[in-house]
Amino acid sequence: MRKAFAQAIIQNFSDDDCFFLTGDLGFMALEEVRDALGERFINCGVAEQSMIGIAAGLAREGMHVFAYSIAPFCYARPFEQIRNDLALTRLPVCLVGNGGGYGYGYMGPTHHALEDCAVMAALGVRCLVPAFDADIVSQLKAQRDGPVYLRLGYEVMPDGENVLSYAPWRCVLPGSQGVLAALGPLAGVAWKALSDLDEATRPAVWAVTELPLEGRAQPPQAFLKAAESDTLYVIEEHAKQGGLGMQISYFLTAHGLQPKRLIHRHALGYPSGRYGSQSFHRKECELDANSLRVLVLQRKTP
Amino acid sequence: MPHEALPRDFSKVLTTVRQRLLRLHYEANAGHIGGNLSCLDAMLVLHLATMTEADRFVLSKGHAAGALYVSLWAKGLLSEEILATFCGEGTTLPGHPSGSGVPGLLFPTGSLGHGPSLAAGLALALRHKRKTGKPENRGRVYCLCSDGEWQEGSCWETLNFALRHELDNLVILVDQNGLQGFGSTAEVIGISDLAPRFEAFGAFVQSVDGHDPESIRAALATSEHASSAIPETRFGVSETIVHGAEGSPEPYRGIPSLQAGVTQNRRPHIVVLRTRKGYGLHFEGKLESHYLPLTREQYEEGIQRIQTEGRL
Repeated sequence: MRKAFAQAIIQNFSDDDCFFLTGDLGFMALEEVRDALGERFINCGVAEQSMIGIAAGLAREGMHVFAYSIAPFCYARPFEQIRNDLALTRLPVCLVGNGGGYGYGYMGPTHHALEDCAVMAALGVRCLVPAFDADIVSQLKAQRDGPVYLRLGYEVMPDGENVLSYAPWRCVLPGSQGVLAALGPLAGVAWKALSDLDEATRPAVWAVTELPLEGRAQPPQAFLKAAESDTLYVIEEHAKQGGLGMQISYFLTAHGLQPKRLIHRHALGYPSGRYGSQSFHRKECELDANSLRVLVLQRKTP
Repeated sequence: MPHEALPRDFSKVLTTVRQRLLRLHYEANAGHIGGNLSCLDAMLVLHLATMTEADRFVLSKGHAAGALYVSLWAKGLLSEEILATFCGEGTTLPGHPSGSGVPGLLFPTGSLGHGPSLAAGLALALRHKRKTGKPENRGRVYCLCSDGEWQEGSCWETLNFALRHELDNLVILVDQNGLQGFGSTAEVIGISDLAPRFEAFGAFVQSVDGHDPESIRAALATSEHASSAIPETRFGVSETIVHGAEGSPEPYRGIPSLQAGVTQNRRPHIVVLRTRKGYGLHFEGKLESHYLPLTREQYEEGIQRIQTEGRL
């Protein structure tokens, strides 16, 4: 999604009051952004804490600021700067974390972001988790009243399909055997994995792309109705604690609703103690296409 | 533009404000009086004799909130009624600034090491506005830090940034009282004077008596003309020769390579304030001034000394 993100910036945020800060990352991805923004594209160096403070200072003077890094270096290293300088002040800086979940694969666990959404949401930072490249522009252009965290991953799109117009909740694949909520790019994984099953034997697949589930990101009635009547599947490349599954569960409970059954697949960390590509880790967590397919088929005939 | 001289009644105002600061902390039973007294002179010079409406201020050492509040009170920006709520229930004036509800307060501070980067962002934005012809284009950014605070890596991250981006509208004041939370800076980290380190990084550095308001004013006024006032010798190869590692053929002469990329006359300005923690109180220069509130006897003694000596 980096290239789509870069084009979104160039085409929509090249105004004179836009600043793009990076923590020394963006090789072969952000060069065009650098060229478009000129001196308002600033490499802050390997200094993420300073970068976030500088972003807050710029935003306090009315600048439109993006602060970019590999996801864990964006939200974890400067945690307190995000908390004090952005969340407490509600300054509308856009934090951009590239490689959400296991996106950096065999680069190893220091480069993975498995708890980012929970951490940011706890601070009141809205999390944007695009499922498809085309989501990015819509998400960035929406009016915000505080800081946001954009978690970039890798788009998966079934062959020959088109992306639906943006909404925080979208049904991308109809189905009548329960309902499946997927966070960000896993929606495309589930869509592709289940699309050849008969509609009567598969759950409807919903792409969820914003957290927390408040305001316009609340689950729509159609989803809630389906969740109450059958099995609710939730899949996310994120830790169990504070992720989509827990947030949906809380939402349902708070509204007096209850699914017949909840099946939650989420990031498990490193259960084998071994490391590999994003696909390797998804497989270990049974979040890959084949595992999802097996899961759904098993549920069909318990 | 900084004032050419201190207001004629500055000494009298300073005395009044010191008394008010002491009462503020005594009535609230609040600690941190030591670090407030050490920077009060500079805080008052900044707010009464230096800053204009176009300028910005960041209190990085947020535990000196009391000194900020009484300075704003002296300037007429905080009422006595509001000031009296300091550290009380429902106050807008907590022990560390909340970042809102107080004129000129831009950020919540209290966790150390945040102010320099916030100030650098402000300075960058003001310079950008200056280039693009937007209003408020003459502002400078003043950031008041503690000395212990410079043990935070984020401060040095930002100093590198400010030098690289030639933020000559950024002025950092460092309240160098030599004491931190659980020891002296010399004991804890082996540093008693930060000025040489700042200078080694390439900043424009001045070191002044932090309890001499006229010296502080003059140093801050210098920053306005820094580009023409800096002697070459302050920036070139250090005059102090530090010998290299054993066996090194040549003595180490400063760090010219670090400074090579920075334009000489466009540098952030750092004013090191040589101060005493708990200035004038019974625990001046002692660690307990960092934490302990005043007893009634200590408070009354302090007030008496202000009245009789014009100094705490």
